[in-house]
Amino acid sequence: MTTISRSPDVTADPAAGLPTHVSLADTFSQTMTMAWRATLKMRRNFEQFFDVTIQPLLFTAMFAYIFGGAVSGDVSKYLPILIPGLIAQTVLTACVATGVQLREDMDKGVFDRFRVLPISRIAPLAGPMVADMLRYAIAATLTFATGIAMGYRPGGGFFGVFCAIILAIITGWSLAWVFTWFGTVGKSAQVVQGYSLMVMFPLTFLSNAFVPASTLPDWLQTFVKFNPVSHVVSAVRSLANQGQFTGEVGWALLGCGIVIAIFAPLAVRSFSRKI
Amino acid sequence: MNNHSSPTGSPAVEAHGLVKEFADMRAVDGVDLTVQRGEVFGVLGPNGAGKTTMLKMLATLLPIDAGEARIFGTDVREHPHVVRQLLGVTGQYASVDENLTASENLMLFGRLQGLPRARARTTGLELLDQFGLMEAADKPISQFSGGMRRRLDLAASLITRPPLIFLDEPTTGLDPRTRGEMWTTIRELVRDGCTVLLTTQYLDEADQLADRIAVIDRGVKVAEGTSDELKSSVGRSTLQLQLVSSDDMPAAARVAESVLGEQPVLTPEARRMNIALQRSDQAVDVLIALREQHLAIESMTVQKPSLDEVFLALTGHDTSEPDHPSDDPQDDVADPHNLETVR
Repeated sequence: MTTISRSPDVTADPAAGLPTHVSLADTFSQTMTMAWRATLKMRRNFEQFFDVTIQPLLFTAMFAYIFGGAVSGDVSKYLPILIPGLIAQTVLTACVATGVQLREDMDKGVFDRFRVLPISRIAPLAGPMVADMLRYAIAATLTFATGIAMGYRPGGGFFGVFCAIILAIITGWSLAWVFTWFGTVGKSAQVVQGYSLMVMFPLTFLSNAFVPASTLPDWLQTFVKFNPVSHVVSAVRSLANQGQFTGEVGWALLGCGIVIAIFAPLAVRSFSRKI
Repeated sequence: MNNHSSPTGSPAVEAHGLVKEFADMRAVDGVDLTVQRGEVFGVLGPNGAGKTTMLKMLATLLPIDAGEARIFGTDVREHPHVVRQLLGVTGQYASVDENLTASENLMLFGRLQGLPRARARTTGLELLDQFGLMEAADKPISQFSGGMRRRLDLAASLITRPPLIFLDEPTTGLDPRTRGEMWTTIRELVRDGCTVLLTTQYLDEADQLADRIAVIDRGVKVAEGTSDELKSSVGRSTLQLQLVSSDDMPAAARVAESVLGEQPVLTPEARRMNIALQRSDQAVDVLIALREQHLAIESMTVQKPSLDEVFLALTGHDTSEPDHPSDDPQDDVADPHNLETVR
């Protein structure tokens, strides 16, 4: 220790008294800082909004005019069935983007800096997910708006629609954990995208999102009944069309809770292990 | 006080027998390292020697396979969160966010480390000022030059004024002028009382900045000492002579040996001899002695030792040929794996 010349203070112990874990309050504030970063990124890459702006407009018009006559006799009768289904589908698509973007982000140098910072391991994951709730809100609102422009009159009124949008956001945030987990295990953004679409398409189309489940073959009806997306769609329908909190809302929320309970720990674990 | 607190005055970095194994090789193979507080410690080695891997283990970015590491007395494996609070890391991997501006980046890292918004902003501005980035504060990082980028990387590591900074190849890929500016910045850090552990491929960089240097090759520490100690083990410079006649070679070699007390390296086919010098002006002594013996010289150059020569001297193989079979009995590096696979 005699050779040290520059250090002004060699006796104080810089490690003394430092916390060994991140507190819950710090975890929250770090997550919000990460969310702030994600919104800055969104503002600069506007194409990140395409899937929640262009897609709702396009799909609502397309699906209504193509399937409306076949499923319900005419377009205006089909809209109350279609709009809640499309909301579930658009929010799920937006969730896929959450995972893909995380994967792209993780390949960049800044993520290594996040890893060496004394911050909660969950914040870099949860932050973008919080920011993406904004995208789910845009997707759900725009889908409703397009539907209303096409003649859809939701029976639940403003309050029912508002609750339906909130439910869509909660669903989006919960299901995003699945795709975030894909994001942490996939080898590249393309792989993550591939996996995610493979999961997303059966989930949305093998549900009651676009057609009444009663028109499906028996075996498919069983799948549809257990598909969590069906419950979300039914819940959104009951909220928007009748303004009612039916049991479906409870099932949808329970489904979301289960998805979080399974996939959030998986995602955090595989993220912390990743170097 | 926590139970991880250490006896006072423990070294900034203390590692024993660090090992990192990848699928087909040992990237770091039992390295001991002690960095005292307030010093600049340089880890010198060629690409793929295991420098970055070692640094990543110390920085909690890679799990330690064997051995132990302490930062200011705190075990890296046991208390990674404490270690992260003591460290600033700058390297090609731990960089800044390319989607954000310089000031947004500093705000981000300040807020993440618990600074209130106002303090994060003022600290960010101070750092931008200190690193000469004030004019670029609101520019996207994509418009930054390599040197500005490195300075911002470094600034981002300094927000909480950590007592220990890891700099992984801070000037690799920079032009000489920018490299000089970076060196000045690093020296200022040390004046502020920071301990610095830096890795580099360049002998002159270690020479310029580091108090002590460890030379790493194939995951093993092959030498450690001050810059002068290392260089004197190699000879500070080399006098390269080409003689007019190859018949003069033995006589010239004897003259050189009698002047410097060391045998020159001969390449008779090219009529060339390389003489290691302790001081550059010894070249003059050799030349005068040769003239006195009427030994004619066709050409001469004095060369400073390159990292290659330090390596040749220390390990018996040069930096560009990691697979070169070892012909030096002192070469304690047994692992002949291709270093290109090490990351």
